[in-house]
Amino acid sequence: MTATPLKRGLPVVALGGVTLVIVTLGAPFIGSTGLHLARVFTRAVPFADNVDAQIFFLARLPRALAAALVGCALSAAGVVFQGLLRNPLATPYTLGVSAGAALGAMVAITFGAAWPVGGVATASLAGALLAVLVVYALASARHRGLSTTVLLLAGVTLNAFFSALILFVQYVSNFADTYRALRWLMGDLDVASYLPIFAALPFIVVAFVAFAWLARPLNLLSLGAEAAGTRGVNVVLVQRVAFFSASIATGAAVSVGGPIGFVGIIVPHLTRLVVGADHRLVLPASALFGGAFLVACDALARTAFAPLELPVGIVTALIGGPFFLWLLLRRR
Amino acid sequence: MTRRTWLRTGLAGALALGLTWSSGTARVETRQQTSATAPATRRIISLVPAVTEMLFAIGAGDAVIGVSSYDHYPPAVETRTRVGALVDPDFERILSLKPDLVIVYGTQNDLVARLGRASLPVFNYEHAGLADITETIRKLGDRIGRSAEARREADRIENGLADFRRRAAGRPRPRTALIFERDAGSLRGMFASAGIGFLHDMLDVAGGTDAFGDVQRQSLQLSVEALLARAPDVILELRPDEGWSAARLEKERAVWNTLASVPAIRNGQLHIIADQRVLVPGPRVVEGVGLMFAALHK
Repeated sequence: MTATPLKRGLPVVALGGVTLVIVTLGAPFIGSTGLHLARVFTRAVPFADNVDAQIFFLARLPRALAAALVGCALSAAGVVFQGLLRNPLATPYTLGVSAGAALGAMVAITFGAAWPVGGVATASLAGALLAVLVVYALASARHRGLSTTVLLLAGVTLNAFFSALILFVQYVSNFADTYRALRWLMGDLDVASYLPIFAALPFIVVAFVAFAWLARPLNLLSLGAEAAGTRGVNVVLVQRVAFFSASIATGAAVSVGGPIGFVGIIVPHLTRLVVGADHRLVLPASALFGGAFLVACDALARTAFAPLELPVGIVTALIGGPFFLWLLLRRR
Repeated sequence: MTRRTWLRTGLAGALALGLTWSSGTARVETRQQTSATAPATRRIISLVPAVTEMLFAIGAGDAVIGVSSYDHYPPAVETRTRVGALVDPDFERILSLKPDLVIVYGTQNDLVARLGRASLPVFNYEHAGLADITETIRKLGDRIGRSAEARREADRIENGLADFRRRAAGRPRPRTALIFERDAGSLRGMFASAGIGFLHDMLDVAGGTDAFGDVQRQSLQLSVEALLARAPDVILELRPDEGWSAARLEKERAVWNTLASVPAIRNGQLHIIADQRVLVPGPRVVEGVGLMFAALHK
C-alpha cells in the first residue's frame, strides 16, 4: 500500500508540468509593449526589420526560458539541500555557493573592462564552483563522508568571508560599478540572448540526472544517516552527490539570473504541503512549480512599473516572505 | 590599481554620484552667508571632481589643497593631497590640511555634521541639471571671492551651449538613447539616462530627443524590450574609458548587432563616445555637448 501516496501525488506533478509549459509559453505574450501577434509570427517581414518579432524572440522568450530554468534549478536544489542537511531552513545559498558566485560577478563587474575575465555569468559560475570546492574540502577534511554540522558551519563561515571580499571589491570599485553590482544581487533575468541559457543548461541537466537518482536515498536519509546506512544506503556517496549536484545547479542558476531569493525555500515547502515529504514527488513537483513561479514573478517584475524594471528578487521576496511567515504560523 | 583604472573609477564615480545618489532636484547651497565681497578663500578641499574642475576654471586652482580620490582633471590635481571620497572621506586628513572651505557632496551628512563641529565652512553641492552647473560656478565664485572670474566662466559656458542650441535649431532631432552603463561584451546591465539631469539636458542642447525623456528619473535600468520598443534613431553609448583600442571598440559595437530592428543599429547610428567630457558636469560640458552634437549630426 506504500505506492498509494506516490500515485496520489503524480497528478500534482503532472499539473506542475502543465502549469510550467503554459506559463512559460504564455509569458512572452505579456509585456510592457503591445505586440501585433500576426506580425510576431509573419515571415513576410525579415526578422531584422520586424520589431514585434524581435521583442518576442530576443527580449521576452529568452527571459521566460531563463526564468523557467532558474526557477526549476533553485527549487530542486532547495529540496536537495533541505534533505541533505536535514534542515527545513536550508536554502540553495546556505552553503556559500551564491556568495562565491556573487564574488565572481563583482570581480567581473569591477575589473571586467580591464581584464578579459569572460563576462559576469562565467565569472559568477567560476566563483560558485570555487566556493563549492572550498566548502567540500573543509567539510570532508576530517571526516569520512560529510558531516552536516561541519558542512553548515563551513558554509556559513564561507558566506561571511566571501561577503567581506565582496565588500572589499565594492570598496575599490567606482560608484557606477557598485550600483550595477548591487543591482546584480537583486536578480535580473533580462538575459538579452539565449547564450546564458545554453551555457547553464548542461550543468543543470547533469544536476537533474543526479536529483533523479537521489530521490529515494534522500527519503531514507531523512530517517538519519545511521538508519539510512542500516537500510543499505551508501550515505557518503549520497551526501557527496547531493552536495555537488545541488551546488552545481545553484551556481549555474545564479550565473544566469543572479542570487534570486526565496524561490529555493518557499516552493519546496509549499510543494511538501501538497504532496507530502516523498522526494520522488517533492523533487519534480518543486522543480516544475518553481519554474512556473519564477516566470510569473518575472512577468510581474517587467510589467508592473514599465518602462522601469522591478528587480525580480524583490518580487519573489515580497511574495515569498509573507507567504512563508503565514506558512510558519499556520503550522504551529 | 593603475592610474588609468583610477581615472576610470573617478569619472564613473562622478557620474554615478549624479545619476544614482542625487534626488534630481537642484540643491546648491552654502553654509555660510554668500557675499560678493567675501574675502578670498585660500585653502579649499574639494571632494567633488566636477567642482574641482570649476575651481580650476575660475582661476582658484592654486587655492585647492586637497581633492577626492576620484579627481584627475586638470592634471595639476595629481599633486594635491587626496582626502578620500564620497563614502570614505578622511576626516583627520581634512582637518590636518587646515582648510578654510570644504566642498562636499549633498549626501555626506555625517561629514557635514563633523565639519560643523570643527567649525569648518562647507559648500554643499549635488549634481542636477545643466543650468545648475553655471549656477554653481557663480555661487562658488561669490563664496570664494572670485565673482568676476566665475561670471566670465559661467557666461562662456552658457554662450557655448547657446551656440550649440542655435546650430541644432532647424535640424532634425533624432530620438536618442543615452546609455552610460553596460556589462562588457553583452547587452546586460544597461542603464540609460532618463528625463532629468545633466545628461538629458546635454542631449537636448546637442539637438537630440531623449528616447526616455518621459521617465521622470535621472536614470533607468534598460531592458532589451524597452530598447526594442522605443526604437531610437540614435544610440549614444557614453563611456568614461578613454583610449579604447580600435579592436575593443569594434568588439563592443558588434554586441549591438543582434538588435537589428532598432533604427539606430540598422542605420549605423550607434556611436560610442569614450570620453570623460560627456560624463562630468563641470566646465568641460560644452565640449561634451560638442561631442554629442558631432555624433548626432554626422
